[in-house]
Amino acid sequence: MNRPLRFTDDLADLPTHRFGPSSLTWWGVVAFMVIEGVAFAMAIAAYFFLMGHEQGWPPEGRQPPALLAGTLFTILMLLSEIPNSMVKRAAHERNVAAIRVLMPILILIGIVLFVIRGFEFNSLNCRWTDDAYSSIIWALLLLHTAHILTDWIDTLVLWLLMRTELGYEGRKLVDTDENALYWRFVWLTWLPIYLLIYWVPRL
Amino acid sequence: MTVPAHVREEDERLARERKKLARDGSKLKGARLEARLDKSWARPPGIIGWISTVDHKEIGRRYIVTALIFLALGGALALAMRMQLARPDSALIGAARYNELFTMHGTTMMFLFAVPVMQGVALYVLPLMLGTRNCSFPRLAAFSYFTYLFGGLLLWGAFFLNIGPDVGWFAYTPLSGPEYSPGKRADIWAQMVTFTEVAALAVAVVIVCTILKQRAPGMTLARMPLFAWAMLVTGIMIIFSMPSVALASAMLISDRLVGTHFFNHFEHGDALLWQHLFWFFGHPEVYIIFLPATGFVSVIVEAFCRRPVFAYPVVVLALVATGILAFGLWVHHMFTTGLPRVGYSFYTAASMTVAIPTGLQIFCWLATMWDGRPRLEVPMLYVIGFIVTFVIGGLTGVMIASVPLDLQLHDTYFIVAHFHYVLIGGAVFPLLGAIVYWYPKITGRMMNPTLGKIQFWMIFLGFQLAFFPMHLSGLLGMPRRVYTYPAGLGLELPNLLSTLGSLVVGAAVVLFVVNGLVSLFRGAIAPDDPWKAPSLEWATRSPPPPYNFAHIPVAESRTPLWDQPDGLPVVTGLRVDEKELLVTTVVAAAPDMREPVPHASPWPFIAAVAVAIVFIATIFSPWALAMGIVPAAIALAAWFWPKEIKREPEPVIT
Repeated sequence: MNRPLRFTDDLADLPTHRFGPSSLTWWGVVAFMVIEGVAFAMAIAAYFFLMGHEQGWPPEGRQPPALLAGTLFTILMLLSEIPNSMVKRAAHERNVAAIRVLMPILILIGIVLFVIRGFEFNSLNCRWTDDAYSSIIWALLLLHTAHILTDWIDTLVLWLLMRTELGYEGRKLVDTDENALYWRFVWLTWLPIYLLIYWVPRL
Repeated sequence: MTVPAHVREEDERLARERKKLARDGSKLKGARLEARLDKSWARPPGIIGWISTVDHKEIGRRYIVTALIFLALGGALALAMRMQLARPDSALIGAARYNELFTMHGTTMMFLFAVPVMQGVALYVLPLMLGTRNCSFPRLAAFSYFTYLFGGLLLWGAFFLNIGPDVGWFAYTPLSGPEYSPGKRADIWAQMVTFTEVAALAVAVVIVCTILKQRAPGMTLARMPLFAWAMLVTGIMIIFSMPSVALASAMLISDRLVGTHFFNHFEHGDALLWQHLFWFFGHPEVYIIFLPATGFVSVIVEAFCRRPVFAYPVVVLALVATGILAFGLWVHHMFTTGLPRVGYSFYTAASMTVAIPTGLQIFCWLATMWDGRPRLEVPMLYVIGFIVTFVIGGLTGVMIASVPLDLQLHDTYFIVAHFHYVLIGGAVFPLLGAIVYWYPKITGRMMNPTLGKIQFWMIFLGFQLAFFPMHLSGLLGMPRRVYTYPAGLGLELPNLLSTLGSLVVGAAVVLFVVNGLVSLFRGAIAPDDPWKAPSLEWATRSPPPPYNFAHIPVAESRTPLWDQPDGLPVVTGLRVDEKELLVTTVVAAAPDMREPVPHASPWPFIAAVAVAIVFIATIFSPWALAMGIVPAAIALAAWFWPKEIKREPEPVIT
């Protein structure tokens, strides 16, 4: 810089971490939620586009998916918000001990969700190769499963990190807060998909 | 109390150490400061350092150079096609090869050149223009570059192995489906899309976050350079449009590989679903290419007319309006598929409406020139060439927004003429101007202006000669994407002229490359601010040091370098022995946080390799997805995992 300079404020006392929209990574997480939300929205649009071609939904001769596994999944997913909110609050309070206990619970819930999801695929009453209806139902379920997997891996890595002394670092607490935010996105997007897979074919 | 005693003791010790850390300020400035910053911002040397870099300038430069190489390759294919079409009934290139050529040309230009080059320029220029030291999430930017590169190598590698795609850049089903395109050509196209969309989305996130959170203190949204506004709208458009084509290409590959029926009519799928998903991305894509170019134009007009752009709020609102309207136009690509009446009316109206904000921008630039003192240097010439060419292309666009005319002209050379006028005139001309404009900042040397002027006139006139006759051949009924035409229909002359024009354009591009390469070594040494321009990138050295600014500049107006009689205002207090930048608030750009900048890391590269293996292997087996997740997840975890588990006085990202 060869220009003459005029010194104004000194910012040495600014913080190096903040929760919520002040944080750069919060915006990154929101941007990725929008990207994935748009992907869900387009898949849902495709669902209705294909539905418009059919006389019945599911197409004649097909059973709608069995309700049990999907409904169990939904209930467990909604319940998971309780430990998730607790982790979020603990991050704000810098309660690392609580985070270290709660995160394994979320990881365990994730494993149970995977098992139930396996039964869900089995209870769709169709294979993806059957027809366009079956293809889109499978696609929606698979797309959502990818999100459970992403957040599960993220939670696992973060938990391992929170067990170290770095867990007390402000920026790691912000990461924990934002991971909990992302989990909310994962279960919120499940709700319309649950309706589309299990209930719209019953209308 | 939730924090144990030993942690509290550690907190207190770290707080004491924090007070001793070196920071820039009136006591630490000038050469002494720069020497220490040079040390803390340097990346490791050698090949490992090369793949590990997280400097936005290095990544942006790579993006630009790679995209320009793809431009040259795509251009070579265009010349090959023009050679074939120079004479009627030519047997130079056969029908099948010709299908590959136009597919590769369109795919390369849209996915591997136009979008990446705009993002590359933004990656390089924006952090400098906004007065920050790096882009946000620089490791994500590094990852995205390698992903993009591997996507490009996949496509061109396949082409050289004679399995290049041949189904058009839009890969319409059922042609691209399993029945009509056996083999792997269409799969390679679909996975190339996956690569480039992942890369483009990642950069879009980087750009949006950089613009919203890393502007210089005082640079409120209302003081932001218009190029930043253009890139903000573009970034948001990418975020909303590209998931659609990524989903579509995933559906296509699953139809082809595992037997789903999304686009299979016989099992109640629908080929038109493909067109909707594709064009929901494809039309915004055109504006994703065009809006950054309008940003270049605003910046160049301002600098070379010595006057702030006329009616700044109108230009900003026009950019936002274009961004929104662009999502309501996609069906005008589908007028010939048969639509409800109301669909025709709606999409015709929307297509005509989008001309309004674009027209407003053009009037604002004209008013700026009228009121300012234009200097006709090379970048400004490109702006004038842009306005002339783009207005012609825009007018033919309004013409074909009308359904009866479109039904007649669909898939003729009239359309080819139209979109080359808007894409080359609207995006490539401003891009070339922008390269000449920022070349001294990037390289530290000026491009030769005499060669530049010769080259401008060659490309401008050559372009008109190549593409204007296509309007006529289109009106005469010559269809696109057909490898030859019979003699005696009056198509000989316009086609010969087009071929001659394309040769002139090709020669001009060679001249541009020569000028660019020779100037790198022989060009006049560039001062910090060779054009006397108003935005912050000209406040630092040419080329900029790795940390961009030794002290973070403050923006007190829209044209900070024109309005600072008593020196450039700066803020201080950032760390010197670690990489750090300033995060500000979204609207007011008030200082909010100090943010550590990630150290160089090879893991984004390794993650890109792991992801590339998954994408390429899924062309052959769906199991690759299940197995490939493991290395990709490990690479991503290593990317985030700190290299040393130790609390520091202030956070660092190792």
